[in-house]
Amino acid sequence: MSAPVPPILHVEHLTMRFGGLVAVHDLSFTAERGAITALIGPNGAGKTTVFNCITGFYKPTVGRLTVQADDRPMLLERMMGHEIARKAGVARTFQNIRLFPGMTVLENLIVAQHKTLMRASGWSVLGALGTRSYRNAEHAAIEKARYWLEQTGLTERADDPASQLPYGGQQRLEIARAMCTDPALLCLDEPAAGLNPSESAALSDFLRAIRRDHDVSMLLIEHDMSVVMEISDHVIVLDHGIKIADGTCEQVRNDPKVIAAYLGVEDEEVPAVEAEVGI
Amino acid sequence: MPDEAAARPNLIRALRETAVTALLAFGLFLPLIGFNTVQNIRNELVLETRWPLLLAIVAILAGLRFLHLVVVAPLMAERARASSRPATLPTTLPSWAMPAVIGFVLIYPLLAMLIAGPGAGKWIDNFGIQILIYVLLGWGLNIVVGLAGLLDLGYVAFYAIGAYTCALLGKQFDLSFWMLLPLAGILAAFWGVLLGFPVLRLRGDYLAVVTLAFGEIIRLVLINWKDVTQGSAGIGGLPRPTFFGLPFNASPDGFAARLGLEFSPLHRPLFLYYVVLAVVVLTAIVIGRLRQLPVGRAWEALREDEIACRSLGINTTNAKLAAFASGAFFGGLAGALFTARQGFISPESVNFSESALILAIVVLGGMGSTVGVAIAAVVIIGGTELLRELGFLKQIFGAEFDPAQYRMLLFGFAMVLIIAWKPRGFIGMREPTLVLKRRKAIDAELREEHG
Repeated sequence: MSAPVPPILHVEHLTMRFGGLVAVHDLSFTAERGAITALIGPNGAGKTTVFNCITGFYKPTVGRLTVQADDRPMLLERMMGHEIARKAGVARTFQNIRLFPGMTVLENLIVAQHKTLMRASGWSVLGALGTRSYRNAEHAAIEKARYWLEQTGLTERADDPASQLPYGGQQRLEIARAMCTDPALLCLDEPAAGLNPSESAALSDFLRAIRRDHDVSMLLIEHDMSVVMEISDHVIVLDHGIKIADGTCEQVRNDPKVIAAYLGVEDEEVPAVEAEVGI
Repeated sequence: MPDEAAARPNLIRALRETAVTALLAFGLFLPLIGFNTVQNIRNELVLETRWPLLLAIVAILAGLRFLHLVVVAPLMAERARASSRPATLPTTLPSWAMPAVIGFVLIYPLLAMLIAGPGAGKWIDNFGIQILIYVLLGWGLNIVVGLAGLLDLGYVAFYAIGAYTCALLGKQFDLSFWMLLPLAGILAAFWGVLLGFPVLRLRGDYLAVVTLAFGEIIRLVLINWKDVTQGSAGIGGLPRPTFFGLPFNASPDGFAARLGLEFSPLHRPLFLYYVVLAVVVLTAIVIGRLRQLPVGRAWEALREDEIACRSLGINTTNAKLAAFASGAFFGGLAGALFTARQGFISPESVNFSESALILAIVVLGGMGSTVGVAIAAVVIIGGTELLRELGFLKQIFGAEFDPAQYRMLLFGFAMVLIIAWKPRGFIGMREPTLVLKRRKAIDAELREEHG
């Protein structure tokens, strides 16, 4: 009997309060290693709050977030914001894209390799002296950036400022930039927002290709169900900060609670549904 | 001739508008300027008319309006058309520019001596050395403001720390200038980190206010801690740089006597000029290198989007502290060079207007541009110094006219004009630190689309 592979991310009893508002209430779930886990739910369900807790932008009020980085558990809620990307290997993208708009596409990808380059530059000392080891590291960083430029189809635009890219290109660049940090877990916040159906399909392919070629697990917030249903291995549904469903695409799709959360229910059914959901 | 045909209706229109302007001006200024009430000797109010003055004013306004319509407006329209075209600006300076500038800077003091003779001291000292010190200050602040995007209104504090480090340690421990120069930089960098810690969470306006306060605290401590700093009286007789141990004086052990030269008061500024120049060149190289290093890219990324930086595992705290420390280091060096130039330091030299001046140099030069900041330092400092040299204006406006008095007024006007003309500073382009294929400069306007 082989030892079970520990999940990449284990969220236990996560609660986030903002004053009197409970954005996330007692949420527990796991994201399996190598899988794409989707977090869905109507607007205001608390999905981005969960993301912000995982990536260190919020400190959770209650709860434990464990990441298995390098087969060693790490508690995210105890880490500084930048350590979560640096040590725990959790990278993220943003709902409203956050590139470095005045820097070139290439520079965006190089900045993401800060950890490696900073070490190679001997915290700037060796780099300032222009040692061979630093130049090699920089060369390797450019090669890696070149690989991602090819993957995203942005090679021709490498020397243009990131803000000049079309929307879809910016979105792909943000994902590529996050991948340049060598993450173990990639958190994508609505990557398909604002894309047309064919672009969404291309994004699905892109994400699948990333998972195929790299040792990375993904956590995905998405409203575009075509993307979610196509690529997710595991779907978690949130409504008003509470987990209402957890399972495969098929299970979630047919769950009456999920349908009720998205589409609402007939008036006479409300008390029954509420009793079931536990509100 | 389509151009002429198009020009004629324009001219007629301009004339018509000029007439309207003249009428309006006449109507407006008739009661204001045309009539004047004067008290005569019997205490009666008498109405006087001032037709010539009124006509002159109306004529000037009409003339200006006409000029605007016929000359300026078409030019502006042309420029607007030009800028809406895809930018095909030359992104790099011509290849001869850099060697030419370096050559000129190298022979500048010799040129000054050749042309001005014994009076060259002023040209070497007030223009050469002073401008170079401000270039250094501008570059130091440029790291903090231009690259890392942290608005620092108290930068002069580091200048003060460098200068007083030099003065106090030099007096107390008799250290030579060459020891004091790096010490001044290091101590200023230390204070930069010290200031950095409490203000790390602040951004933009809030950071500006705190740094402003820091600058004032340093100045007030210098004024009030009389036991140490001698208060506003300042500290004089500071150690001057020596030439490998040879002082620049007329004594038999002096530089001139030892080298068998005739003593000249120009030797010291000449030597100091090259010392400052060496420091400036070294700084340019270091800053150029820093920009290409991860730490420099992290600074620029920090300016662009701090949250994204954090999500990529960049320790924003360290990046900001490094920016403060390196900026302060160069400020401290500049302070030390300032004491070497003056031999005297007082809190008077480190007040807020100095901070504002350095910030103006950075903004006018183009935030983040090393070359632009150097140009701005030459224009602003050289310009204000040149205004002292406008003695010939006395022959026009009479002996009572002192052009130096109008310095700040003209300075203000020039500043407004430059900002109106080039809102992004002289060099509003950003050079990428890395290229895959083709080097393209990035217009500063693109940087501001975001947040």
